[in-house]
Amino acid sequence: MSTVNVTLGEVAASLALIAVAIAVSFWRRAELEQDIAVAVLRSFLQLTAVGYVIQAIFDTDSLWLVAALLVGMVAFGTWTARGRAKAVPAAAGSIFLALSVAATVTLGLVLALGVFKAEPRYLVPVGGMVIGNSMTAVAVALNRLADEVHDGRRQIEAMLALGATSFQAARAIVTRSLRSGMIPLVDSTKTTGIVFFPGTMVGMLVAGAEPVDAVRLQIVLLWVLLGAVALSGLIAVSLGYRGFFTDAHQLRDT
Amino acid sequence: MSIPSGSTALLGPSGSGKSTLLRLLNRLADPDAGTVRFHGTDVRELDPLELRRRVGLVPQLPAPVPGSVSDNVSFGPRLHGREVDPERPVRLAGLDESFLDRDASRLSVGEQQRVMLARALALEPEVLLLDEPTASLDADATAAVEHALQNLRDVSYVLVTHDAQQADRLTERTVRLEAGRVKR
Repeated sequence: MSTVNVTLGEVAASLALIAVAIAVSFWRRAELEQDIAVAVLRSFLQLTAVGYVIQAIFDTDSLWLVAALLVGMVAFGTWTARGRAKAVPAAAGSIFLALSVAATVTLGLVLALGVFKAEPRYLVPVGGMVIGNSMTAVAVALNRLADEVHDGRRQIEAMLALGATSFQAARAIVTRSLRSGMIPLVDSTKTTGIVFFPGTMVGMLVAGAEPVDAVRLQIVLLWVLLGAVALSGLIAVSLGYRGFFTDAHQLRDT
Repeated sequence: MSIPSGSTALLGPSGSGKSTLLRLLNRLADPDAGTVRFHGTDVRELDPLELRRRVGLVPQLPAPVPGSVSDNVSFGPRLHGREVDPERPVRLAGLDESFLDRDASRLSVGEQQRVMLARALALEPEVLLLDEPTASLDADATAAVEHALQNLRDVSYVLVTHDAQQADRLTERTVRLEAGRVKR
């Protein structure tokens, strides 16, 4: 496979598109100029930093370092998703467990099935995608859960008053929340190749890989991500709803 | 304060703590201080699910589960692993059996409120807690719900209301509440 070199000058040239984004925001008074600037700066610094980290991990070829990096990603993902699901009481533990299990089980499974080799160059990017997509799904699902509990208090308490357990009273909203966390990835998997080209495939094509190889790897990744998102969403909502209830099957005031 | 069997009204203006007090009686909430006893036992020592079967609640606004009237009336007993004939509670609540197959969400609010009454009665509770059950109803629907309550036998009830005349019509005794305290 040929290698691709991107110079800093070429990276700087792509700032032209950022100018377009800022111009649009300014013109339509979307007041996103500052956010865009922060996003540009953060993406540059974070990706550059992680680039060096990945380079260092590849150089040492240490699976321990890979594990440490993935733990760091899970911790950061937990912190981020927690920020977006503030209305869910004590959600951090559920999110941490959801991301950890999703990462461990999906990576473990693809390694066990021989889809990828146990090497940093596979584990780091795939692990990052698994954790990142799981984080988004968990945040969406928990957000929906909090909204549903808030809007459905009357319904939930009416069921509790009939002797339903917390689980029975929350079952329908837990299911709806899980769905809302999974649907974006399910939909993008359905339309992949028609409406959009996923990043991995684009990256491989640009880097000079054979289209068939690029497509196959992308398919594997999408399917792995579906499993990860389902697993993390299920764990997050199944544990997350408990935060809204007491042990005596009472709905907490939130 | 002690509530004997029979019918009791908790009367007071809105914000006086009537509904909150009612929620303590079937442990939908716990008091910050003090103890709620049912037949002399601290309710915190009872299984909350069984307590709520024995002490049924009719909410202020109807909250039917998706499905027919029959589904709604069977809902509570099924949670406790029992099947009931939904016709009897539906009749006790002042509806006839033609309602059984109708979609509960499509009924009028007054009819839905009687479905809520039937749903609570299907659990064969010892006590019914009624949280302003006619607050959102028009005069005809109020009369229908009151008629159903007046015809209830073998079940005690605690009625929360802000209407002193309704308290007189429907209950044997009245406890007045004001700003979270019992008024003597």
